[in-house]
Amino acid sequence: MSLAYYIKSFTLWEFVKAHAKTLSYFFKPKATINYPFEKNPLSPRFRGEHALRRYPNGEERCIACKLCEAVCPAQAITIEAEPRDDGSRRTTRYDIDMTKCIFCGFCQEACPVDAIVEGPNFEYSTETREELIYDKAKLLANGDRWEPILAQNLAADAPYR
Amino acid sequence: MTSWFTGFLPYGWAYFIATLIDILVIALPLMLAVAMIIYADRKIWAAMALRRGPNVVGPFGLLQSFADGLKVFLQETIIPSAANRALFLIAPIITFTVALAAWAVIPFGPKAVLANVNVGLLYLLAISSMGVYGIILSGWASNSKYPFYSAIRAAAQMVSYEVSIGFVLVTVVLWSGSFNLNDIVTGQRGHIFHFINFYGLNPLLFPMAVVFLISSMAETQRAPFDLTEAESEIVAGYQTEYSSMAFALFWLGEYGNVLLMNALNATLFWGGWLPPVDWAPLYLVPGVIWLLGKIFFGFFVFSWVKATVPRYRYDQLMRLGWKIFLPLSLIWVFLVSGYLMVTRYGMHP
Repeated sequence: MSLAYYIKSFTLWEFVKAHAKTLSYFFKPKATINYPFEKNPLSPRFRGEHALRRYPNGEERCIACKLCEAVCPAQAITIEAEPRDDGSRRTTRYDIDMTKCIFCGFCQEACPVDAIVEGPNFEYSTETREELIYDKAKLLANGDRWEPILAQNLAADAPYR
Repeated sequence: MTSWFTGFLPYGWAYFIATLIDILVIALPLMLAVAMIIYADRKIWAAMALRRGPNVVGPFGLLQSFADGLKVFLQETIIPSAANRALFLIAPIITFTVALAAWAVIPFGPKAVLANVNVGLLYLLAISSMGVYGIILSGWASNSKYPFYSAIRAAAQMVSYEVSIGFVLVTVVLWSGSFNLNDIVTGQRGHIFHFINFYGLNPLLFPMAVVFLISSMAETQRAPFDLTEAESEIVAGYQTEYSSMAFALFWLGEYGNVLLMNALNATLFWGGWLPPVDWAPLYLVPGVIWLLGKIFFGFFVFSWVKATVPRYRYDQLMRLGWKIFLPLSLIWVFLVSGYLMVTRYGMHP
């Protein structure tokens, strides 16, 4: 062991250097954003809370093909369907268990009519598990609530699909 | 204070009430200081990691600690069924009480000290040694393996570092010639070139100031010596089974101890309530302000170290305590006493 080694270790040289570094970081601008008040921009492909969309005339898009139910790797989607009075095929039950969902986006890729989509909303925490088991009414309500942004995002992403 | 009450009360009662008020005057601001220092700790740590830290509750997040305190207060106290009930509840009370009791001898000004004991330093050593009981008892009474490991670690760690702290104190006591903390403070007046009021800048005492700083981190189980609550190994250590107010008492006691160690560091090496330099206008500022400033600076160093240094391994901790600090401080006791023997008392004993 050299003399320099002993001088370095007894003057705690490496500690002093490390502390100079952290002190310089102390005065640097923060790397984090001020979250609830500031938010990062989201990609149009962002996969957040699910929504069931409607056509502009108010008719629901979903035709109960059950492709999303089949493709869902977490088996979070449950669909029951029967013909409606006018003869068209519609869902009577469309449930997504949000506690099972892994947000892979396969459901919206499988959907032939762009009915089920994952929207930009990620702030939907609840106080109970039960509230996270979404039924058809909840999903349609989400669709109505987010439709302007959903349509915009789909349009923005369309050239790359 | 006593004399004001003797106007309408017998002396015994007057003294009792005056002392109670004095205790409250120290303990309540101390609790407030602990709340603020927890906030400061989180803010400093966050800033060094380029984060923001608490900033939502109150202006700049200043009320965060009170919100946390309220949350903890409203929680249910859970006592594990296998735990030893009495000891389980006594343990946090011991930690908290001991952290507060030690403040009795810290001087806040020339006259402002609750108990001006001749052997204040010995009292501090005795009280801070009691602190380990809170942790050992909680670890044992929890009847759970991780708290138990943590308690064993804490016992060994605190004992190891108390040894070197003891020798560091001996060097200061040798230099000042008194165990009384107020005498130690006044002894530092104009210590360096009749101008700087620090023992810590004395070349012979500076290494001991560093040893004391590091040992006090180990003594209060602050990072990088927080092996007793190393979350990656033993969950939360001795606090694992605690909830609600019992947990809060540990929390307050822990930070109270950190503040105490900083106060002790300020008092022993950095001039206590004296201003940093011996210049008359600075004495117009009350001593408490200087002491608080020094305590806060010491605490900043603690947080700074916490943000910088990764946690020690247990064998490294023991090596540092027993194979580096103990011989170093022991040699320094000889050095200091030899130096004083020659310069202050002449060669002949």
